[in-house]
Amino acid sequence: MNNKILIVGGGIAGMETARQLKALGLNPVIVEKSSSLGGHVAQWHCLFPDMTPSRKVLEPYDEALKDVEILLETEISSINRLQKDYSVVLSNGRTLNCSAVVFATGFRLFEAERKEEYGYGIYDHVITNKDLEAWFNTRSDERVPAKPSAIGFVHCVGSRDLKAGNTQCSKVCCITAIKQAIELKEQFPNSEIYCFYMDLRLFGKKYEDFYINAQRDFGIHFIRGRVSEVCETIDGRVQVKAEDTLVGKPVKVKLDLLVLMSGIVCNKENQALAHSVQMPVDDDGFFRSKDNIISITEADRAGLFYAGTCTGPKTVPETVAEARSAALNVYNYLKGRK
Amino acid sequence: MDFGFGLTPSSAIELDALDNGLFEKLCRIEPGARTCIACGCCTATCTASGYSGMSVRKLLLDLQRGRNQEVEQMLSHCMLCGKCTMVCPRGINTRRVILTVCRLYDNVEGEL
Repeated sequence: MNNKILIVGGGIAGMETARQLKALGLNPVIVEKSSSLGGHVAQWHCLFPDMTPSRKVLEPYDEALKDVEILLETEISSINRLQKDYSVVLSNGRTLNCSAVVFATGFRLFEAERKEEYGYGIYDHVITNKDLEAWFNTRSDERVPAKPSAIGFVHCVGSRDLKAGNTQCSKVCCITAIKQAIELKEQFPNSEIYCFYMDLRLFGKKYEDFYINAQRDFGIHFIRGRVSEVCETIDGRVQVKAEDTLVGKPVKVKLDLLVLMSGIVCNKENQALAHSVQMPVDDDGFFRSKDNIISITEADRAGLFYAGTCTGPKTVPETVAEARSAALNVYNYLKGRK
Repeated sequence: MDFGFGLTPSSAIELDALDNGLFEKLCRIEPGARTCIACGCCTATCTASGYSGMSVRKLLLDLQRGRNQEVEQMLSHCMLCGKCTMVCPRGINTRRVILTVCRLYDNVEGEL
């Protein structure tokens, strides 16, 4: 046994797992397919509910991971179970012998262009939540007008949507939309902001306060109804149609910017990898845990563990907590094997 | 003798005395009807809703609450264009739901 632990994915889940494993005296190796660590968090501007800059969340990892082996722009070609360990072949041709594997492969955001009725990639002023975060960081996106007078948010884009193949709730978009709406209102105080939602699921600490602030202090309008279609007006604005289901009347509004809250969906490319080690995948495409209450971070096969959103949509603090739990699971697993 | 006042019947839905048999019959034929999350897409896209109050969302709710008369009135405004079916995120065949409810009204007691 070499105490080498493979971590697949260098997002916040993989980074935190590596940090904890290192602290427990083990030897983690992070394999990340992109050219930098940080995953989705690195692309975000700030995080709910305290508007913490994501840069600040990621900063401590520079120091914490300085002795951890990190392989960037590398993918897993295959994983084979040996008698006790796992033999992992990487895309650079290298083979690693690992005592355990932690999957921290994360999620993908739903491709908003697949909901053609919302006009992403067709109309000039339709963007996604991810585009908006990029705009917060760079302030350059020609789809965002200089002085918008009305802005809309469409919740649940590709989530809870049987036709899009994703029946699950993406969990974090409700609160993300509220955060982004507040940020836009601060940026454009004279604009009217409308959130079109099906249900608002504000389960976390401080989320409900955040929602009340959005209404009371920022005057953001919440309309209970899913947007059914979007069209472009002759002057290049976007018009959305929905039903205000609480009033029971159809509503129409013309907007200068429409933000689509793309939901968290499974990373399909990981499924082949899962199949190669007989790791089960759930109906929603996410990895299946041993059970969903006390063994979320364990697979049903010895030596395979999960951290973060590869098992379903999660917030950043939940992901970090799971990463710590996974590291402890790995530690106990190896201790039990001795 | 007219005293100039009358009794207004209560509009409350008495769940104790609820008769939602029509909805149950509908669900046996169209099980998708149970999966509605009342998002309102059907109504938003409905050509008739702005003028007549037609709404598949309300129709399904009214049936579940035994408000059959309201449903009957609403149905007469549907033009069966099927736009609601195109936008439903749950994939409910709303057009067929409407046709099935019409058939059930024609033959409330009988089996389909």
